[in-house]
Amino acid sequence: MSAGDTGWILVSIALVMLMTPGVALFYGGMVRKKSVISTLMMNFAMLGVIGLLWVVYAYSLSFGPDIGGLIGNLKHVFLTGVEAEPSGVYATTVPHLAFMMFQGMFAIITVALITGAVVERIKFSALMVFAVAWLTLIYAPVAHWVWGDGGWLLKLGALDFAGGIVVHINAGLSALALVLVLGARRGFKHEPMEPSSIPLVMIGAALLWFGWFGFNAGSALGASGLASSALVATNSAGAAAATTWMLLAWNQRRPTLLGVATGAVAGLAAVTPGAGFIPPIYGAAIGIIAAIVCYYAMIAKMKLGVDDSLDVMAVHGIGGILGVLAVGIFASAAVNPAGTDGLLFGGGLSLLGKQLVGTVSVGAFAFGGTWIIAKIINATIGLRVKEMEEVVGLDLSQHGERAFGGIR
Amino acid sequence: MKKIEAVIREEKLDAVKKALEEMGIHGMTVTEVSGRGQQKGISLQWRVGEYRVDFLPKLKVEVICHDDDCHLAIEAIMKSAKTGRIGDGKIFVMPVEAAYRIRTGETGEAVI
Repeated sequence: MSAGDTGWILVSIALVMLMTPGVALFYGGMVRKKSVISTLMMNFAMLGVIGLLWVVYAYSLSFGPDIGGLIGNLKHVFLTGVEAEPSGVYATTVPHLAFMMFQGMFAIITVALITGAVVERIKFSALMVFAVAWLTLIYAPVAHWVWGDGGWLLKLGALDFAGGIVVHINAGLSALALVLVLGARRGFKHEPMEPSSIPLVMIGAALLWFGWFGFNAGSALGASGLASSALVATNSAGAAAATTWMLLAWNQRRPTLLGVATGAVAGLAAVTPGAGFIPPIYGAAIGIIAAIVCYYAMIAKMKLGVDDSLDVMAVHGIGGILGVLAVGIFASAAVNPAGTDGLLFGGGLSLLGKQLVGTVSVGAFAFGGTWIIAKIINATIGLRVKEMEEVVGLDLSQHGERAFGGIR
Repeated sequence: MKKIEAVIREEKLDAVKKALEEMGIHGMTVTEVSGRGQQKGISLQWRVGEYRVDFLPKLKVEVICHDDDCHLAIEAIMKSAKTGRIGDGKIFVMPVEAAYRIRTGETGEAVI
């Protein structure tokens, strides 16, 4: 056990925790005034619900002893066997409890990310049922495939340093499936849907960027050179993508704060799978590519007419896919001996192929699985609020609260 | 007595207030309103592309004045609120049937 590593992981847990309220503010600023509370609530409530279920059973399903490469068993239910000593399998220099909680923060934010696609019309009760089902049936298996000891994608050799597959592709494709079942907001494409507060968006993006240091550099699972390398790659990607998006918007008309914030998040998402496998300067390259691709993905989405309201697919899905494939190109065993060389460093197409398998299998599983879960919820308790509730806004109809004061 | 309702640019409130004060009109009610005129709103930028905002924020200044002062007050508002660009606002004038001061019970012209 290492005190330095333990200290860094405990700090990283706290950093990643702050990302979920960060997502809440990022999303909350982008929706209309009448839906701010509802959007914040969809995210903040995950800290409660998913945070609880994680320690009850979801950690065990994700990281418990392997069953057929597909899922963990129930050995660690109620944290049985998760002690202050290292696990012996995962993160062998820090307490098993710390590793468990670090992973728990990832599960929380991944579910929270999906909500951006369905804001302003999903029933809160339906979303909570969805969250529980999705954590159990989609997140836990995927986390096990990619990171769990014995998981089939891990054994295959697909690399995902901090969650490009588990978090971003998983959330992006699931969000898309959920939207297709739920449908577009009333007035989508016809009514102006003005963001309630761009400053909130910036605060949210800033908290995300801040937390991402724990997310990516924390995934080194130690206070090490590798953590530093991941941190530099992360910041370089965020910075490059923010700048690139600013220039894209400027070229179109004016440089927007919403654009800089969005660009930063796209770059940070894209560098996540590779942060600890690539030479850090390639983080900047990934950031630039991510900003350009995600920018045009949003334009394409608008043309397709799918109301993925806050672009979970375009930012996290596309950014994640891009980043996971970039690992196959930019990964270097010299940076991280646990990884392998990508195309650029003489590793040939082998790693890229494995990355593609990870992308396609998880993408298909997340999309298909979520679609089925959404259909079942829709057929039973219903996914969508009543028309009048949507017109009034979800803040009042679902929560009886409003974000900004009344007449006094 | 007349009531003047002037819908003006937010940034012109100080100028309008000063112009009215100079002619001895101190009483006024100011409300934040939103609306649109002939230009039908403006376009703002989203993450990619633009969206149109139909209703723009303006201020509505309501002033009650004596019949004789009315045209002077209108002139003062016109001059002080004008930029010459689209969206300067509009002024409406209407007769006031009665007026009461709540504190004293006074009525009519004495209330102004």
